[in-house]
Amino acid sequence: MKEILLKVENAKAYYKLEKASVKAVDGVSFEIYEDEVVGVVGESGSGKTTLSNLIFMNMIKPLTLIEGKVLLKVNGKYEEISAMSREEVKRKFWGSDITIIPQSAMNALMPTIRMSKYVEHLAQSHSIEPSELIKKAEERFEQVGLKAHWLKRYPFELSGGMRQRAVVAIATLLNPRLLVADEPTSALDVVNQKVLLQVLMDLKRRGIVKSIIFITHDIATIRQIADRMLVMYAGRIAEFSDMEKMLEKPLHPYTQGLFNSVLTPEPEIRKRGITVIPGAPANLINPPSGCRFHPRCPFAMDICKEKEPPLTEPEKGKKVACFLYQEAKS
Amino acid sequence: MSRLVVENLTKRFSMGFLSKRYVDAVKKVSFSVKEREIVSVVGESGSGKTTTAKMILRLIKPTDGRILFEGKDIWKDLKGQEDLKRFRRQVHAIFQDPFASYNPFYPVERTLWQAINLLEKKPSNKSEALEMIKESLFRVGIDPKDILGKYPHQISGGQKQRIMIARCWLLRPLFIVADEPTSMIDASSRGGIIQLLEELREAQGTSIMFITHDLGLAYYVSDNIIVMKDGEIVEQGHPNKVVLEPQHEYSKILVESIPKLYRKLEGL
Repeated sequence: MKEILLKVENAKAYYKLEKASVKAVDGVSFEIYEDEVVGVVGESGSGKTTLSNLIFMNMIKPLTLIEGKVLLKVNGKYEEISAMSREEVKRKFWGSDITIIPQSAMNALMPTIRMSKYVEHLAQSHSIEPSELIKKAEERFEQVGLKAHWLKRYPFELSGGMRQRAVVAIATLLNPRLLVADEPTSALDVVNQKVLLQVLMDLKRRGIVKSIIFITHDIATIRQIADRMLVMYAGRIAEFSDMEKMLEKPLHPYTQGLFNSVLTPEPEIRKRGITVIPGAPANLINPPSGCRFHPRCPFAMDICKEKEPPLTEPEKGKKVACFLYQEAKS
Repeated sequence: MSRLVVENLTKRFSMGFLSKRYVDAVKKVSFSVKEREIVSVVGESGSGKTTTAKMILRLIKPTDGRILFEGKDIWKDLKGQEDLKRFRRQVHAIFQDPFASYNPFYPVERTLWQAINLLEKKPSNKSEALEMIKESLFRVGIDPKDILGKYPHQISGGQKQRIMIARCWLLRPLFIVADEPTSMIDASSRGGIIQLLEELREAQGTSIMFITHDLGLAYYVSDNIIVMKDGEIVEQGHPNKVVLEPQHEYSKILVESIPKLYRKLEGL
């Protein structure tokens, strides 16, 4: 049995506004094991990015952790990082144990700062000798397929694909065990997407990072590297299953809808046709009662409007929150 | 008979003032589109696909070659305002960015009223015109109540793109040029847009030309795929041929590097 690296228990993270709360993550429990790649997918506004903020306790107002726990394994011990302040988590664990590549990080680099400056900043905040870390960064740059001299360059001198790889190299300099990547491939063309996936898998194979959480809306991309896939809908987990099993037979009607809207150049797709999930994504301020997907669900039953389906495991390796599979188990 | 014939189409852009440099955006491109045929032009950014589309839409003048629409050369045989107006009625464009296709100062249905003004047989009064607008909206799955009187920022990207297609139901064009019509909207509403265009083709025999870099989309909808690279057509044919047995080096790389749902990429 693999060790659990990160555990989230019944977490609720809301954006607290003056009159209302946006329930972006609402009662989510899951665990990430060591040595695995987990893909997180869902529509825009389903709470994927908020989930990543929750994982490394990046709680900036109005985002507030309402309840629940986040436990991270550090030196064989589980630290309850949800009980610490953002500053404390940042000082103790960011960069060294857990790291994130935020959405469009490659475009957030300051154009007037050389790439090496970012490495020096990292050294300062972790009290490491800067020259030592620069040397390490040079090696790491080579590993992600960039010549070491690019470290002395300004960000705008690098192409999009190179910049994204440079960001990955710098973010993983301190060998964090958990890497969270938020839409790292969506701004890249297909050739660079593939290179980035290769870089991430290479980092994992070398043991530089242990586990990867990959957030995306592109199922065909995540399918290439994920061991398990977590499907979010309106702030809750709809399905969390082994990748291959989910591909074979997605259980949740939302997952089925998502899979059927994927268009890839494959004969299966032309045969299958394309279906559409009717309706619009749920409102997160006033989410629908019961199962949040029921207004759009083709199989909605009476119970779906009243009760929220719990996440159960009707088949081994497949967890789903849907009443269609509740009898099968009981 | 082919609805659109493109022969040796070339566009050369010149740059600079004193020392001129030239870029051949489109080089000797030839293809044809039949009635009720869906053709996709696929290629990376800078491959000349949008320039080709603009020449077909009669927005920029080709340097060489000709474009025949319904047997007439659109740059030589269209004479006078009437001919041009008819051409605009018959050839319709749907652009990439539904957010940029509307004037933010006017309610969204203005684009539909403009379409009514283009009609050959104009409705006799305003209420009849309004009925036509409502019907076209029903056709694209929008309840007129939801959008009439609203401004562009009040409706979603998917709705905006649907209203552009509603225009097609009013004007009944013979040919639609759709430049990346689904790239700005969520994957779950993308299918809806494609289905709407397919319905339009079934009902009116419209020919559609998709300009896209999404080979998955092209493979799914088209009768014919044209692959462009550096302004030239490198391969064209039935989707099954181009995608499953690509011949040209470039199309091979393109097909190989796209992530698939049921297959894993090599070398990961």
